[in-house]
Amino acid sequence: MSALVQVEGLVKHFPVRRGLFGLGAREVVRAVDGVSFEIPAGRTLALVGETGSGKTTVGRALLRLVEPTDGRFTFDGIDVFGLGSPELRALRRRMQVIFQDPSGSLNPRMTVGEAIAEPLVIHRLASRAERPARVTELLAEVGLDAGFAPRYPHELSGGQRQRVGIARALALRPQFLICDEPVTALDVSVQAQVLNLLKDLQQAHGLTYLFIAHDLAVVRNVADRVAVMYAGRIVEEAPVDRLYAAPRHPYTRSLLSAVPVPDPDAPRNRIVLSGDVPSPVSPPDGCRFHPRCPHPLKGERCAREAPELRDFGGDQRAACHFGEKPM
Amino acid sequence: MTAPLLSVRDLKTYFVTPAGTARAVDGVSWELRPGETLAVVGESGSGKTVTSLSILRLIPEPPGHVLPGSLIEFEGRNLLTLSPPELRAVRGNGIAMVFQEPTVSLNPVFTVGDQIAEVARVHLGLSRVEARARAVEMLEQVGVPDAARRADEYPHQLSGGTCQRVMIAMALICHPKVLIADEPTTALDVTVQAQILELLERKQAELGMAVLLITHDLGIVAGVADRVAVMYGGQVVETAATRDLFAHPLHPYTAGLLASVPRLDGGRGRLSGIPGGVPPATAWPSGCRFHPRCPHAWDRCRTDEPPLLDGPAPGQSARCWLVTEPGRRKAT
Repeated sequence: MSALVQVEGLVKHFPVRRGLFGLGAREVVRAVDGVSFEIPAGRTLALVGETGSGKTTVGRALLRLVEPTDGRFTFDGIDVFGLGSPELRALRRRMQVIFQDPSGSLNPRMTVGEAIAEPLVIHRLASRAERPARVTELLAEVGLDAGFAPRYPHELSGGQRQRVGIARALALRPQFLICDEPVTALDVSVQAQVLNLLKDLQQAHGLTYLFIAHDLAVVRNVADRVAVMYAGRIVEEAPVDRLYAAPRHPYTRSLLSAVPVPDPDAPRNRIVLSGDVPSPVSPPDGCRFHPRCPHPLKGERCAREAPELRDFGGDQRAACHFGEKPM
Repeated sequence: MTAPLLSVRDLKTYFVTPAGTARAVDGVSWELRPGETLAVVGESGSGKTVTSLSILRLIPEPPGHVLPGSLIEFEGRNLLTLSPPELRAVRGNGIAMVFQEPTVSLNPVFTVGDQIAEVARVHLGLSRVEARARAVEMLEQVGVPDAARRADEYPHQLSGGTCQRVMIAMALICHPKVLIADEPTTALDVTVQAQILELLERKQAELGMAVLLITHDLGIVAGVADRVAVMYGGQVVETAATRDLFAHPLHPYTAGLLASVPRLDGGRGRLSGIPGGVPPATAWPSGCRFHPRCPHAWDRCRTDEPPLLDGPAPGQSARCWLVTEPGRRKAT
């Protein structure tokens, strides 16, 4: 059986002009540069990376909030990038998004009830008479009582606003949710509540998630499979347990080692990478990670030849010339 | 035990808001000893940042004000009663601060070299040329490669991590005895965060300074702090040596926070979390401020506000009646 979500060779380049008033040279920001993955129905793939890795652009390109430069996205057998706007609008019913900042994605002049009902109105899915009951039902699903419907976003806490954002995304009964850093802006005790909610909803409705995040501990808690992005490409991809237990790529290894562990007695083998994420305008030749790579075997080949994603068994793939000898 | 370098006693910082008086910091006390790292941990609205801003009198007045009776003692002087010139001497030379948003804290129209040099001229009385040389030297010390060239760049030309290094260079140029680091790595990526934490640890060891680390991240606390003060509702609800706090949290809020954190070695199981949310500072609950969210709360918690009570481990105390009535702790 083929996966519900299939992405092949996704590319998104942004042309930019440098200099004052954009009069300078033309350049291309290679935000996403050949990304492929699949998500079977009912599963969660986490896309992990740091600022500038391209993870958010992947999500936006899949929804065609930005037009992809190249690649193919097949959703339940439908070629999404080939659709015209009426078909795309119909398909958006089945694919929804949850953003990081719930206060930025809710209209401050709309009550919670209006915000949740809006997608129903736009897609003509519920009559005026049916809407209040549907809103109450959706609020209940995200753990809020009906008393929230007449309130405005500024009256809510961050966690409550994110629940409203989730209710709104669920209003159209989608199959596929792109969650872009959904708990990043929340306090840790509230973050735990929202993560639990996302897992409950997935189970109740068989939802498929693309979970975009930078926090590896959060990802460990929600994902079935993890893809690690660096400078516009996936550098490693594996089932969650395998990725955390035996990472093949030195970047994955470094990322994992850099996560502060809430245990004063935990051994600290932090690998501190030098430098910053490379500029997406002029990524390094060869392996894009090579200027920062701490792998002892790193050599001249890494600077010359870009490693392909290779299979290492156990459904694990990594793009490193020395994947056989991980750090 | 060594005498504290900086002590905060019964600090109360209130704000006048349309919704009433917000008691953002409401009776906070702790001590920072020479060379140690004290972490002040809490979620949004706990009062941790207002505490740190109150120390150097950076609270905007109005709407904020520090109540009489509050004491912030540094080297035997109450910072709250110092004149502006005396206070300026303490800022920089005695106590320096690093903020969360390095890109916002730097002035966008001056080069970073000029901004660091300015500190050296004001606080160390160096000449323009000396100050410039000192700025470049500081940039090298905080690990900015190609420091002489970087000194001529503007904040927008630098990455977030480099901007934070610049902030640290500015803070450390006068060799302060205390560094207040308020969420110094929150806006940074995890690999850059690791660089900055390592830098702070190295500079702390070199200069022998004490660090007050304000953070929400228990992972960072576990890695760097000697002692921890957990804040909730404008108060310190638990204080302990780091190891004791993580091994045997006394306060149910501390325990709840620890159980909320997803772990790298955890599975896909449900996180226990803490029900509800932080109440607004204008309307703290009666009795124990945590009681509406507490799984153990009983009648007394709703009416009587617990003081900080000493627990079994030395130096560990918690604002919780369970310390005196441990039998009421429910198995969770």
